[in-house]
Amino acid sequence: MADTQNNNSLLYISTKELPQLPAPVNTHGPGAWMRMNMFANGRDTFLTIVFSILVIAVLYKLIPWLITNAVFFADSIRQCREIDTGACFAVVTTRFNQLIFGFYPPDFYWRPILTFILMFVAFAPILHDNLPRKLLWFSALFPLLAYFLLWGGPIWGPLLIPVMLALAVLVYKSVSASLNPSLGVLAAVAFTVVWFFLVHDTMSETLASAMPIGLEPVESAKFGGFLVTFVIGVTGIVASLPIGIALALGRKSDMAVVKMICVGFIEFIRGVPLITLLFVASTLLNYFLPPGTTFDLILRVIIMVTLFAAAYMAEVIRGGLAALPRGQYEAADALGLTYWQSTRLIVLPQALKISIPGIVNTFIGLFKDTTLVSIVGILDPIGIMQPIRSTTEWNGIIWELPIFIGLVFFICCFVMSRYSMYFERKLDTGHRN
Amino acid sequence: MNWPVAAIEYPLDVFQRILQNGPHMTIANDFSGEVEPFRLSMLINDKRYRSYTLQIITIALFMLAVGWLVSNVVANFAERGKTFSFAFLWEPASYDINQRLIEYTSRSPHWLAAVVGILNTLVLAFLGCIAATIFGVAIGVMRLSKNWLVSRLMTVYIEGFRNVPVLLWILLASTAFSAMLPAPRQAPVLAGGFVPTNRGFYVPAPVWENGSGILVVVFLASLVGAWLFGRWAKTKQAATGEILPVFWIRLAIIVLPVILFYFLLGRPIGLSLPELKGFNFQGGGFVRNSFMALWIALSLYTAAFIAENVRSGIQAISKGQTEASYSLGLPPNRTMNLVILPQALRIIIPPLISQYLNLTKNSSLAIAVGYMDVTGTLGGITLNQTGREMETLLLLMLFYLVVSLLISGVMNVYNSSVAIKER
Repeated sequence: MADTQNNNSLLYISTKELPQLPAPVNTHGPGAWMRMNMFANGRDTFLTIVFSILVIAVLYKLIPWLITNAVFFADSIRQCREIDTGACFAVVTTRFNQLIFGFYPPDFYWRPILTFILMFVAFAPILHDNLPRKLLWFSALFPLLAYFLLWGGPIWGPLLIPVMLALAVLVYKSVSASLNPSLGVLAAVAFTVVWFFLVHDTMSETLASAMPIGLEPVESAKFGGFLVTFVIGVTGIVASLPIGIALALGRKSDMAVVKMICVGFIEFIRGVPLITLLFVASTLLNYFLPPGTTFDLILRVIIMVTLFAAAYMAEVIRGGLAALPRGQYEAADALGLTYWQSTRLIVLPQALKISIPGIVNTFIGLFKDTTLVSIVGILDPIGIMQPIRSTTEWNGIIWELPIFIGLVFFICCFVMSRYSMYFERKLDTGHRN
Repeated sequence: MNWPVAAIEYPLDVFQRILQNGPHMTIANDFSGEVEPFRLSMLINDKRYRSYTLQIITIALFMLAVGWLVSNVVANFAERGKTFSFAFLWEPASYDINQRLIEYTSRSPHWLAAVVGILNTLVLAFLGCIAATIFGVAIGVMRLSKNWLVSRLMTVYIEGFRNVPVLLWILLASTAFSAMLPAPRQAPVLAGGFVPTNRGFYVPAPVWENGSGILVVVFLASLVGAWLFGRWAKTKQAATGEILPVFWIRLAIIVLPVILFYFLLGRPIGLSLPELKGFNFQGGGFVRNSFMALWIALSLYTAAFIAENVRSGIQAISKGQTEASYSLGLPPNRTMNLVILPQALRIIIPPLISQYLNLTKNSSLAIAVGYMDVTGTLGGITLNQTGREMETLLLLMLFYLVVSLLISGVMNVYNSSVAIKER
């Protein structure tokens, strides 16, 4: 005790709190960050220097051409070159309407624009679940509305479709109440097929001649530019998801015949390149229809693109179905749910959630693959590039059009992939199998 | 855990009844001693029979649909006076193919044109897969680099390539070559005799002289030798624990004899360099720009996807594996080779192979830049000249189907060979 008493005089005892010192300079601030993340060791330093020089060299060349010396308004490439030395984006601004709408009549540009805006309204309740659920009815009706707005014609054709579907639901309800749900589905499908192929056209034509209400028709051959990309892409995306789910369920079915048909379809489509299917659409599809029927190329291409995406979608969803723990299926069975109840309430919601990244990847792939239609002669942005380049005003334009088109695709696809990440996080309930 | 008593005291007459009536009744019914007779409504209400009913309906509908399609095709063919026959394959193709690996003239039959196209597709796909793997692995590893600048640049590369259509990249590469490279007269001769021009790339080509066959045999023999040495080294390590510098010894076994024999035989393999004569280069090999554009665009595009596969494969291996390996005393390079890579490859290789498949299918976009692959010959010019859409497209799809079934067969074999054997 005495020792400690004596030693006390040697100790420093503070009577007031000292102010906090800043963190040591070498672990803090931009300098330390750079040392840790860019110059941690000799190899890192070397890589940083090499890549910095590369980036600076590229930007030094690129920025004047791309931005500071670029010309955005001129009438021809010659005028462009007189104004400045950089890129001639005037081709994009003067031919903007063509790049977006193709040869769609300028008087009716409001129709695709309105469709585009309504598309977001239709997608909103699907993508955000805090919006009123009643909006989903608009989403369901949107495809018909979009068809009517884009192609025009009498309103009766699209209008009779909901009538047909309502009647089909009635058929299903009455048959399944009196006999059996499976038979109800069959009866409803049979009714729809009969109506669509036998009754629909005559009825809508009769109505159209009685009450000619509608929009000026625009034929598909006039569609072009990003309008075509969006029409094919969005239709393919929307239609391929249900078909893909059906195919995936069919592939997992206990019924050997159903399984075989689904596997055959999926493997066939996935085994061939899209371009061969587009050749089928452009040269062969009319042979498979009754003699005398012709329908236009864009519709044929949409069918093929949808089937193509559906096969890939089916594989993605099958992955989700397989990733679902077995206990979920067994629990649904143990609760006494029927096949459709367990699929609708237990299996699909979880399986689809698991497969969101894959589904969005398929969407992105489909959206990019729409560019292939330029090879079968549809004037999508890439297809319209060559005609613009070969005009006298713009002969000699090389980079500007692909840059613009690539940028638009990049923005669309990047937004889609980022949204899927956000969606995944939002739906993540923290459960891991 | 108690079994129902009935299961133990199973009445004998139930067995007799099953023997008499066949096993169609459920056992549950038999406890009561009643046999449920078959009623027609069971076809839709009884789970066992319903699946048969539905399958028969499905078959019927499927056959109906197929029959409808076939009858339409027959009617359409009759209307246009067409026949279905593959005889056109033996008629002269009467068109030229400017890039070919085998002997072909415009008088050759259509089937030979298709074979030329198939070989062109396979060469493009093969070289594309190799380049895409090299780029993809390098970029995927660099994306995981601790260096901020490097990993950010690789992210930019990956996102940039993945989000823009491959067709646009192919067209861009093609335009870049024809617009930016000089005409043959102004073209520089790069190191090794490569000459990039706006028509294509002139490259040095090997000239096989007398004795080159022996050299090839020596090379193959040293490959076998290297393989045998590897096996011996492994056995030795297993027996004694001694680790030999296998990589360097193998390299020496492969390289040294070849160099030795090359000079002993008096340099049997020479190089023919391209030389400027008049307006063009003579000698050496010539690779068209369409091929180079496709090769570069397809491999850079696919590399972005492969890089993501590599990254996720490496990230999927838990840090505990590395730490466990270090605590066992393994140095970093052996940790990578023996612990991390074998596990990561199991994750990386299946998507890698499906990327190869995608690249092969995307190579059909060759038609956009005029490279004569099988889509360009069989599905392009032959189709247009003969007007036989049905036959040519069937053959074309068959070719791609066979290729993808082969590739997915390889994938299945690999998957089952690396599957973790549990229980």
